Amino acid sequence: MARQTLKQKLEILSDAAKYDASCASSGSTKRHSRDGKGLGSNEGSGICHAYAPDGRCISLLKILMTNFCIYDCSYCINRASSNVPRARFTVDEVVRLTIEFYRRNYIEGLFLSSGVIRSPDATMSDMVQIARKLRHEENFRGYIHLKTIPDAAPELIKEAGLLADRLSINVELPTDQAVQQYAPEKKPEQIRRAMANVRMTKEAGKDKSFTGKRPPRFAPAGQSTQMIIGADGSNDATVLGQSTRLYSSYKLKRVYYSAFSPIPDSSAKLPLIRPPLQREHRLYQADWLLRFYDFQLDEITSVTRDGNLDLEIDPKLAWALAHRAVFPLDVNRASREMLLRVPGFGVRTVNRILASRRHRTLRYEDLLRMGAQMKKARAFITAGGWTPGALTDSADLRARFAPPPEQLALF
Amino acid sequence: MHRVTLPPIGTFRAWRDAARSFLAGNVPPEQILWGDHATAPDLFSDDSPMSGGGAVSVPRSFIQMAETVVWHSDPERFALLYAFLWRLRETPHKNLMADRGDRDLARLRRMEKNVRRCQHKMKAFVRFREIGRPGAARRSFAAWFEPTHHTVEPTADFFVRRFGDMDWRILTPDVSAVFEQSKLSFSEGYDKPDLPEDASEALWITYFQNIFNPARLKVQAMQSEMPKKYWKNLPEAAYIPQMIADAPMRARAMAEAAPTLPPARVEQLKAQLASCKSAWNGPSEALPKAIRSCTRCPLHCNATQAVLGEGPAQANLMIVGEQPGEMEDLSGRPFVGPAGQLFDQAAAKAELDRETAYVTNAVKHFKFSVRGKRRIHQRPDVSEIEHCRWWLDAEIATVRPKLILAMGATAARSLTGKETGLHARRGTIETGRAGLPVLITFHPAYLLRLSEPEVRRQAEEQFTQDLALAATFVAPDKAPAPSDRLQAITQEAPSPRAP
Repeated sequence: MARQTLKQKLEILSDAAKYDASCASSGSTKRHSRDGKGLGSNEGSGICHAYAPDGRCISLLKILMTNFCIYDCSYCINRASSNVPRARFTVDEVVRLTIEFYRRNYIEGLFLSSGVIRSPDATMSDMVQIARKLRHEENFRGYIHLKTIPDAAPELIKEAGLLADRLSINVELPTDQAVQQYAPEKKPEQIRRAMANVRMTKEAGKDKSFTGKRPPRFAPAGQSTQMIIGADGSNDATVLGQSTRLYSSYKLKRVYYSAFSPIPDSSAKLPLIRPPLQREHRLYQADWLLRFYDFQLDEITSVTRDGNLDLEIDPKLAWALAHRAVFPLDVNRASREMLLRVPGFGVRTVNRILASRRHRTLRYEDLLRMGAQMKKARAFITAGGWTPGALTDSADLRARFAPPPEQLALF
Repeated sequence: MHRVTLPPIGTFRAWRDAARSFLAGNVPPEQILWGDHATAPDLFSDDSPMSGGGAVSVPRSFIQMAETVVWHSDPERFALLYAFLWRLRETPHKNLMADRGDRDLARLRRMEKNVRRCQHKMKAFVRFREIGRPGAARRSFAAWFEPTHHTVEPTADFFVRRFGDMDWRILTPDVSAVFEQSKLSFSEGYDKPDLPEDASEALWITYFQNIFNPARLKVQAMQSEMPKKYWKNLPEAAYIPQMIADAPMRARAMAEAAPTLPPARVEQLKAQLASCKSAWNGPSEALPKAIRSCTRCPLHCNATQAVLGEGPAQANLMIVGEQPGEMEDLSGRPFVGPAGQLFDQAAAKAELDRETAYVTNAVKHFKFSVRGKRRIHQRPDVSEIEHCRWWLDAEIATVRPKLILAMGATAARSLTGKETGLHARRGTIETGRAGLPVLITFHPAYLLRLSEPEVRRQAEEQFTQDLALAATFVAPDKAPAPSDRLQAITQEAPSPRAP
């Protein structure tokens, strides 16, 4: 076989990495290179440098170190039994690509993942070597996200955490049975143990020594994971149940949901129909309600018919439609908790309402200026100059928000 | 009528100085015409800036807002800011700045948001090309960019923070920033320069084309974040129309392609992997591994790991708790959480050496429910206890202790088959299901939950007594017959239902 050029390798290894949804580059320690001795900065919020036509942001150079893999997970394009072309970057090639892309302001940093070659430890130590070279030889101060290999030695994970901003381990599928079915070599309990390990190492890194000195920070942007939605039969209630457990057990920063997408040369084990992308969107909405809006899991799942979120309307609206007895709320009096339950009000709008209503009575137009989505919210609130009347209880309220019914095609 | 023309560089400082002197001179907003270098001169007024100034106090939040709004491209921005400043004089500061429903403030905030977004997009979409000689000590780069608002000056510091070790210049039709030898300077507009070809740009385009997943097309989502007005200066954007056009065909081809046969090497690989799995040498060594991969009850799905027992394999004393808690679940070791610490304290008082005992739990996986972002301990139910008894019995069979200390109702249930009447049964020794003596006592977590200090002190005392009893029972030198000890217990701590 002819030697592959860097361009050919990049083609293969970025193509292989595109099924990882995570691309966040936010929430790490603040760094800069104003001193002229290094390259890169990191300042709280991430930056999306480009968007691909699939609607996903490109913030990091997301590549695989290699797509050779000894595992045979049927949902994965890089499984051992697939016939995709294979390639492998050297350590220097990854470092060079990262630095050159970063200098041209294409990216915020590197997201490095890899197929498992030789052994988990050998693979992980190559990945750590790339991070070490970037940090210590190139003085790179941008963002590094490493996908850790669950079975790798704890010392390697520890070093990875000290070099990288974020570590992640994918739980892959919402239930253990599904993992056993589709990824026979992966062990769910081992993945969980690895996540517990990362949480404990991170928490241990917070303790000051008796002289008040802080140890170096371990994975300052925390850990995240990803679940593939729609490859197995789990419903949304199962998925969300799993993610609330993951958030509470391992203090994850994010759980990414990735709608199962057909892959080239896919395995015969997988379903051929792909789930609607809308499902992924609804899951993210529900995830946000759980984390930032004080919703409990059963509140969201109890208003669904079969444990799956309504694809036509968002979960908050679905909850509000099922609990019309508590509406309309008076925006000038209602508590923060209740205002957060109004469809069309975000956390920011609610904060603005609370700050402004200390000084005067709020009117309908004020809410518009505060950024509330009044088309949704107006059925559920009263304000100065506005009362929804019979709208709140009207039978066709749902139809106002749902997309219009469609005539089925005859052919 | 006053007229002020503000310069394109250093605009904020110039506006602030002018506004300060007008405010000190009590000049109302309608008396001032604000303009920048692009505004046509006005027929009816002369340039007559006020001189002098005075101390004016303004809320900090207004200054922060003004620092951003002055860079907006709206020619009215200076006048709007001054008019709002004028209003701030009359109304109580805090109230007006906090009132997000106010019409003027809402407009300024919207302008602020526009500028911030433009700044953010500039940070994202400036694309450098290398212009320096190869081999130069300091590399140098240049970019051509067309911002919507006057954002070069406020955003330049971001690039200084990010690219401190190289020279760079961002040229725009409005104001350009040049960073050379660690010095930042601004100059007025440029025409679009011809920047040399850059080899890394081709790699970047390769990356952009391949990271795109043709099976999910969301053009709207892309355009709302990367509006078309920026496309002309983005090297990768030229390929977007072709990528969109090809996507449906590529997705269909993927779906229609028949599954291929796995390559020949897979069989070899599988054989290799299978041989890596270690062989089982004997029941006692295989036990930990078997417990770890236990799926006998549904608890394993949610817990992190099965928590194994710890201690010498031939211990005289076996201590059985309920189930792992939050900390045990994460660390994989028994009795390391708060209850474990209480146990250690009591054991120290009772002169019981934990190291010599085999410590384990009746149920090996953590059972919990989620409240918000926390995991709350839940008691295992009977079927879970019964399922896990399989492992506990195996552990007992391996360790063969002289005495088993059952802490709490769950352990009592697992070891004796009965979990009620714990208060009456504590401190007594019963014969367990395995035929070994079982000493029953409280679970340390129960002591932690007692809020009444007197009750808790008493319970802790009893708990320590039980531990001391266990310690003496298994002590090698004086091991009294169980019947004698039973006698002793009933005398020491009489309880209504003691034998």
